[in-house]
Amino acid sequence: MPVVSYIEAVNMALEEEMKQDPKVFILGEDVGVKGGVFKATAGLYEKFGENRVIDTPLTESAIVGVAIGAAMYGLRPVSEIQFADFIMPAVNQIISEAARIRYRSNNDWQCPIVIRAPYGGGVHGGLYHSQSVEAIFANQPGLKIVMPSTPYDAKGLLKAAIRDDDPVLFFEHKRAYRLLKGEVPEEDYVIPIGKADVKREGDDVTVITYGLCVHLAMEAARKLIAEGISVHILDLRTVYPLDQEAIIKAAEKTGKVLLVTEDNKEGSVMSEVAAIIAEHALFDLDAPIKRLCGPDVPAMPYAPTLEKHFLINTEKIERAIRELAEF
Amino acid sequence: MVENRHHQLGLSDETVLEMYRMMVLTRRLDERMWVLNRAGKIAFVISGQGHEAAQIGAAFALDRTKDYCLPYYRDLGVVLSFGMTAKEIMLNAFGKAEDPNSGGRQMPAHFSQRKNRIVTHSSPVTTQVPHAAGFALAAKLENKDFVTFVSFGEGSSNQGDFHEGANFSGVHKLPVIFFCENNGYAISVPLEKQLASKRVADRASGYGMPGFTIDGTDPLEVYRVVKAARDRAVRGEGPTLIEVLVHRLTSHSSDDDERSYRDPEEIKKIREFDPIRKFNHYLRSVHLLDDDLENKLEEEIARIVDEATEYAEKAPYPAPETMEKFVYKEEGDV
Ligand SMILES: Cc1ncc(C[n+]2csc(CCOP(=O)(O)OP(=O)(O)O)c2C)c(N)n1
Ligand SMILES: [Mg+2]
Repeated sequence: MPVVSYIEAVNMALEEEMKQDPKVFILGEDVGVKGGVFKATAGLYEKFGENRVIDTPLTESAIVGVAIGAAMYGLRPVSEIQFADFIMPAVNQIISEAARIRYRSNNDWQCPIVIRAPYGGGVHGGLYHSQSVEAIFANQPGLKIVMPSTPYDAKGLLKAAIRDDDPVLFFEHKRAYRLLKGEVPEEDYVIPIGKADVKREGDDVTVITYGLCVHLAMEAARKLIAEGISVHILDLRTVYPLDQEAIIKAAEKTGKVLLVTEDNKEGSVMSEVAAIIAEHALFDLDAPIKRLCGPDVPAMPYAPTLEKHFLINTEKIERAIRELAEF
Repeated sequence: MVENRHHQLGLSDETVLEMYRMMVLTRRLDERMWVLNRAGKIAFVISGQGHEAAQIGAAFALDRTKDYCLPYYRDLGVVLSFGMTAKEIMLNAFGKAEDPNSGGRQMPAHFSQRKNRIVTHSSPVTTQVPHAAGFALAAKLENKDFVTFVSFGEGSSNQGDFHEGANFSGVHKLPVIFFCENNGYAISVPLEKQLASKRVADRASGYGMPGFTIDGTDPLEVYRVVKAARDRAVRGEGPTLIEVLVHRLTSHSSDDDERSYRDPEEIKKIREFDPIRKFNHYLRSVHLLDDDLENKLEEEIARIVDEATEYAEKAPYPAPETMEKFVYKEEGDV
């Protein structure tokens, strides 16, 4: 099985889906001739031509809105928003339109779009090239939000997203693009949307997280073996709607739960995960639910000292797990 | 001798009479909804009165067997022309389960009916404009010869989505007809507080397309210009912006009272601009319409409106437990 990077897995998924379904096409800024600012769409313009890999004007609301129209007609558009931070001009199209089209038409119309966007910090991106934006959309029934943590998951989930008949936001951690490598089959496979995945079995502390933080939590877990702490890790994979069953099961497994997200704490996806556990598994807990999140500042600052201070890292996760283990 | 304008446009006597009939049906349905609203039977009405000639002139210039329309809330005449029935409009007005637009989920006049290629729209204005570009992009990618028609008010032409959708369509030379129904008001705010340019059509040149400002009380003129725009679109020459000047004969909606912002003289005179009366005169002048035919037509339409109202009033509301359906595609759906 070839070992590929996270971004290569994204590229593989796009190419395979475009090959197997002529209705799939890509639109976004710089996605064509240049192959995307991160190169997620590299080579696709050459393979599929300018009609299926469309360099659009700089116009996020239309990148989403035009995709919505094409999707209602019956095509399978994949919109790229160059940075998740720049999804803001398209929020009305995503929330008022895409999320509500099936519901408001009583199932007469559907809107099978995928919106891909790189999110997350640690690349010296400052306030507007570092944000996590999932919480903005994670209370909008009608949307699905997928945030893969490995190359294998990225390929299987993106393929599932493109085949899904409802709108899917697909957030890729931009630092994961080249940092994470893993085995990815060349064959066709899909990973079901809406299902969390146990990335590591353990008995002492449960960590629930998603995206790049899964990788950081796995590292922390490996280090803690030496201290005799056994960590259970649940990767949400789909952060909306949440896999409640898997969350409850993972919390019950150890009775001590650490929730990790790079997003800022208040009103984050982890607030909802905490509420689910509090509602359904309170009497199985042996310690208060603990959240390790970004600080409640508007967004990640630029200077290396500030950026580092904002970000989740392995040490912070280790420390939090240790505290819970000792509770 | 009065000039026969519709023959010059290639329109048969039958077709212009059908256009007139559609205009009257639109008006009578609209009037009935106001009555039902004032009687406390329906909660909301937003009116197309005064826009009928523009809407029906435009719809008849399209190919209603394959073109897509993305209407806005005033476009009762457009959706009736595209095949929605009076009964379906009344089901929508009452918010009943059988309403094809949304099954009673949306407020009235939020149109949608896939089988007639009427595309669902929401309340935030102008979001449908980029969607229209998307349908037109699909026509281009799939090599189909349909055209996409999208309409909106002049106030709504200030929204970013108008500009993003128009520019996208211009850059990609997409087969879209942008149809601005300029009635001079956005609720209470008059044109001069909405536009820095003189005309909405002036905006077309910024997006590489022709723009026209025409009399929207004349269905034949609207037919002519929309037909030419459709022909351009089918030839691959791209989009057109058409601004039709119309008069809003009512308040903005049943929740608005225009007397607080519109000059009483203007309100008094407004009925002089009634496009239906104008078209009636034309049809009489070319001897296609007389009292007999008009009475017959009015009786037939009154019957249709009565039957539609009666049916919709009796029809069941959606069952409460259906509320949770169709958030996502459900298993077993195709
Ligand atoms: C984004 C948005 N802002 C405000 C409103 C409230 N609103 C509904 S209709 C309207 C005026 C629209 O005027 P215009 O575009 O001229 O269309 P008209 O109603 O005159 O046909 C306003 C302000 C809305 N529906 N959507
Ligand atoms: Mg107006």
